[in-house]
Amino acid sequence: MPHPLLQVDHLSVTFRRDGMLTTPVRDVSLTVQAGERVAVVGESGCGKSLTALSLTRLSPTDRARLQGRVLFDGTDTLALSPDALTRVRGRGIAYVFQDPSASLNPVMRVQDQIAECLPDLPRAAHRDACVELLTRTGLPDPARAARAFPCELSGGQQQRVMLAMALAARPKLLVADEPTTALDVTTQQQVLDLIDTLADADGMAVLLITHNLGLVAGRMTRVYVMYAGQVVESGAVTDVLSNPRHPYTRGLLAAVPMLDAPRNAPLQDIPGTVPSPDAWPAGCAFAPRCAQADARCHAEQPPETDDADSHRSRCWHTQPCHS
Amino acid sequence: MSLLTVQDLHVTYRTPGQPPVRAVRGVSFSLAAGASLGIVGESGCGKSSLARALIGLQPASAGTLTFEGRAVDRLSRQGFRDYRRAVQMVFQDATGSLNPRMTVRQTLHEVLRVHRMRPAAAIPQRVDELLDLVGLPTTVLDAFPREISGGQCQRVSFARCLALEPRLIIADEPVSALDVSVQARILNLVRSLQQRLGLSIILISHDLAVVRNICDRVAVMHDGVFVETGIAADVLDVPRHAYTRTLLEAVPDVGRALQSKLKAER
Ligand SMILES: Nc1ncnc2c1ncn2[C@@H]1O[C@H](COP(=O)(O)OP(=O)(O)OP(=O)(O)O)[C@@H](O)[C@H]1O
Ligand SMILES: Nc1ncnc2c1ncn2[C@@H]1O[C@H](COP(=O)(O)OP(=O)(O)O)[C@@H](O)[C@H]1O
Ligand code: SF4
Ligand SMILES: [Mg+2]
Ligand SMILES: [Mg+2]
Repeated sequence: MPHPLLQVDHLSVTFRRDGMLTTPVRDVSLTVQAGERVAVVGESGCGKSLTALSLTRLSPTDRARLQGRVLFDGTDTLALSPDALTRVRGRGIAYVFQDPSASLNPVMRVQDQIAECLPDLPRAAHRDACVELLTRTGLPDPARAARAFPCELSGGQQQRVMLAMALAARPKLLVADEPTTALDVTTQQQVLDLIDTLADADGMAVLLITHNLGLVAGRMTRVYVMYAGQVVESGAVTDVLSNPRHPYTRGLLAAVPMLDAPRNAPLQDIPGTVPSPDAWPAGCAFAPRCAQADARCHAEQPPETDDADSHRSRCWHTQPCHS
Repeated sequence: MSLLTVQDLHVTYRTPGQPPVRAVRGVSFSLAAGASLGIVGESGCGKSSLARALIGLQPASAGTLTFEGRAVDRLSRQGFRDYRRAVQMVFQDATGSLNPRMTVRQTLHEVLRVHRMRPAAAIPQRVDELLDLVGLPTTVLDAFPREISGGQCQRVSFARCLALEPRLIIADEPVSALDVSVQARILNLVRSLQQRLGLSIILISHDLAVVRNICDRVAVMHDGVFVETGIAADVLDVPRHAYTRTLLEAVPDVGRALQSKLKAER
């Protein structure tokens, strides 16, 4: 097996607030091979975005204590100098976020924002490069979009501009944090098709953070399920989603309305809410919401299992019999 | 009997110096009391414009609305006020649609008081009933919208609508901003309100599975018109219109995607 493009080992993120320590990301390990499509799923507040930002120590993790190792292409980004990190961001790891309006500068034309991502090109070449990038993203009128301010574009069009910026430096890994949550199904499909096409063309790997399990099933090869700052189940998408082992994964799946479900069958919800990081339960973090929880679940954290087919879970009741 | 009948409704936005935008171009349908209609279609096809015209937030440029047998544009001032109370809307951004400076208790008290739904002395008890209907604990009463979750805010929005004892609730993408687990709870709430209170529901959603799960009938909207309408199961299981098929193919459905993936692996 080649060494992975990204290897995160035992990553924890700790904040200090009012003298109290909270650890919203706890002991997360994950890998992404070159060119691979990997998903991270879980309810909001489970630490998905913080995990993604930690890969390059992006704010707000620059105010946090990061423990563990993040090996990207063989170097530990957590140990890099700020200058070296800047080179990793962009050319190594690029990001697309959910809310384009938060990442685009409202008073700057699109072409000037994209140009900032093309530092190696002479200024005269910026315009053409920018229009070419926008063309690749499938925008209907790229020349007009290049001259536009963000507010003159629709949500789906802004998302494509973000993608053009992320792709400008030909990154090896694209981290897409809920990039299509705000879009309707057809626009969502176009944006994701585009990511797929561009990833295929450049051999780029994709780490997609989403709570849409349908997207995961359709487009990704491996998935990590996060709950309360931990990875609770991981493996090949076909294994995890068709044979979920962790009660949380089963709960997420049961909550999704399916096209072929009988009408008026009530949807199964997961009772309760994700605990807050300053009140992680002592035992299994999912125990307060889990129908199968017993005394041991409430008292002791279950370890992560590792079985032969690399479908792992973190639950006392799905331990293989031989361990 | 039909609760609401819409005939050849048009909504046109006119901006000086620009060509008019014809967002809704002749929509007709009727909704029975207690029935639920889902409206699906891609971004910009006119769903929200139609909804705003139905609740009188946006004047229709042509067409007629008939509510409980009476033409809405010929209602007296009081009659129109009653109509605006009987037809309520719930929005996608629940947190943003609540007043950030009011606690949940203040929000519900105000709506009951301003619309004279209860004498002052009976208001606290009615607030408790409303919380119970939408499944919120009384502990949220003194919280501000930003202090409770998105799903809880959406319940408060429903409680605020229900305070007015409406006949019809129009929900515009009520769950698209929420986690699947919370989404399931809000959708179950919508269904139970419909069943327990005999409410009619118009549910606007770009999630076809949501509509399939909740609604009796579905209308597929494209470019300002309904291109296909019918029993939800019929339309979504055996779509006739090409556009409905395009929409259905775009849905990332877990079950379907897994099946084709497993087949490919074998
Ligand atoms: N106030 C307005 N002035 C001018 N045009 C408008 C206005 N509001 C909406 N439109 C246009 O009318 C059309 C329909 O908009 P509408 O908001 O009804 O779409 P929608 O189906 O609800 O879309 P979405 O799924 O994105 O919410 C769009 O082309 C939109 O740009
Ligand atoms: N700057 C910060 N300081 C302290 N806690 C934070 C900070 N950013 C996020 N958190 C907390 O970390 C947890 C995980 O956040 P996040 O990674 O954004 O979750 P997700 O992306 O899964 O919704 C949340 O409980 C959030 O409140
Ligand atoms: S360890 Fe216990 S509480 Fe935790 S998920 Fe498994 S069964 Fe549920
Ligand atoms: Mg997030
Ligand atoms: Mg809308």
